[in-house]
Amino acid sequence: MKKLINDPQSVVAESVEGFGAAHADLVEVHTNPLFITRRDAPVQGKVGLVSGGGSGHEPLHAGFLGRGMLDAAVPGAVFTSPTPDQIIPATQAVDGGAGVLHIVKNYTGDVLNFETAAEMAQAEGIEVRTVLINDDVAVEDSLYTAGRRGVGGTVMVERIAGAAAERGDNLESVAAIAQRVNDNVRSMGVALAACTVPHAGVPSFDLTDEEIEIGIGIHGEPGRHRIAMESADGITDRLLEPILADLDAGSGDRVLLFVNGMGGTPASELYIVYRRARQVLDSRGITVERSLVGNYITALEMQGASITVLRLDDEMVELWDSPVLTPALRWGV
Amino acid sequence: MALTAEWAAAWLRECARVMTEHRSELIELDRAIGDADHGENMHRGFAAVAEKLNAAEAASTPGEVLKLSAMTLMSTVGGAAGPLYGTAFLRAATGLGDAAEVDADAVVVMLTAARDGVVARGKAEPGDKTMVDAWTPAVEAAETSVSAGASAAEALKAAANAAQAGAAATEPLIARKGRASYLGERSAGHRDPGAVSTGLILQAAADSAGDML
Repeated sequence: MKKLINDPQSVVAESVEGFGAAHADLVEVHTNPLFITRRDAPVQGKVGLVSGGGSGHEPLHAGFLGRGMLDAAVPGAVFTSPTPDQIIPATQAVDGGAGVLHIVKNYTGDVLNFETAAEMAQAEGIEVRTVLINDDVAVEDSLYTAGRRGVGGTVMVERIAGAAAERGDNLESVAAIAQRVNDNVRSMGVALAACTVPHAGVPSFDLTDEEIEIGIGIHGEPGRHRIAMESADGITDRLLEPILADLDAGSGDRVLLFVNGMGGTPASELYIVYRRARQVLDSRGITVERSLVGNYITALEMQGASITVLRLDDEMVELWDSPVLTPALRWGV
Repeated sequence: MALTAEWAAAWLRECARVMTEHRSELIELDRAIGDADHGENMHRGFAAVAEKLNAAEAASTPGEVLKLSAMTLMSTVGGAAGPLYGTAFLRAATGLGDAAEVDADAVVVMLTAARDGVVARGKAEPGDKTMVDAWTPAVEAAETSVSAGASAAEALKAAANAAQAGAAATEPLIARKGRASYLGERSAGHRDPGAVSTGLILQAAADSAGDML
């Protein structure tokens, strides 16, 4: 294992320390327990947005702290959910009197830890609402699984709900728009090579040079199926098709197209994927009104990409375009 | 003979010992159908509980011991097991209230509250291949034995035996909750790690009660 680390046990702490120092104008790092807030939190009268989850998906979530996005991010160990003793003080620290929204990716550990924290924060008088993100079409959505995973759609929800909170919407309204974004977003990913969790020291799964895994999550967990390597256009079609089918997207729809890198794939390749996805959407009469391309929700150094399609309405476009000032996403300021 | 705060502390220390002893076994079970962290997480969590009990002033009631343990488990175990066991111990503590001793009826109250907490938190039902499949038979066995006149220690022993049998019975099941559920039919043929660790915890309760006799 070759990694730019000092000690597998201190990866998260040292990374967060560097992050806090680099972006001291925007964020503040709290230790024991570990959580990170927007520098000017709590913003009085504004709904606070808290998200979090296992580390290893950077820039998600801490990279999205700041005006027009998140108020607190709670990092767990690599690929392991944070615990209530972190989530509760993070919730308290960003409560500006208008309540707090928890944005939680649908993994059992994340859900249970955030749910426990929400219950305890509420017992202390803070109004908390939760929205679960479950946009991954690779997982069968049935009563017999823990349900779909939260992946690329998380970035969309954090941006648009963050903009609604910044605009002054109340908790009910921010929670409602977060839910609306989640209901209209779908994603699917591919891995060309697995990632290695620092404390595990070995790759999460094995792929030969000729194989790729379709439908992976963001933790190196296996996907829908393993196939032989093929062209970027072919892979893009395999990811996009289930998304469009599940979203029931067709002619006349307006969408945001988000091509995300998993950490180990160059931007040049992401734009080749974007190019093909755009061709397919154009040919079907689906209007791509907004786009995002880059590494925003990653799985350490995994080689691969995910495609996310969000069906837009006028309000979502307006909120997406509003000013945002965070370490990883900024425009209009 | 009734069980005191001293028993509760001995129980939690015994949990720490058996989780260390069974760390690798739980990791292997979890590697098969989950993410291979259950053994490490339980080992870390109960070691923190034991440390906390050593540092804290001696608690005067069993409920206090369980409450202190619950908060520690919740913040140190992580994953899904942290909130599940944290909630189980918290509800068990609430069930016991400020009674100085746990009698046979209180064992049933305590186990029922813990099981209900796990169900409320995890939304799993019997047969979903989760720790509920160990907790539920444990509660039923404790009830049956107490209504037949068992002591607190005997009720815990019955509960521990039933929990372990329940854990063994998860082997052929297909997981419907938690990370294992993503595997669908591939989850059959492996014991649920959470059900196994529940069996260990209840066995520790029975063993430390036995030692007090």
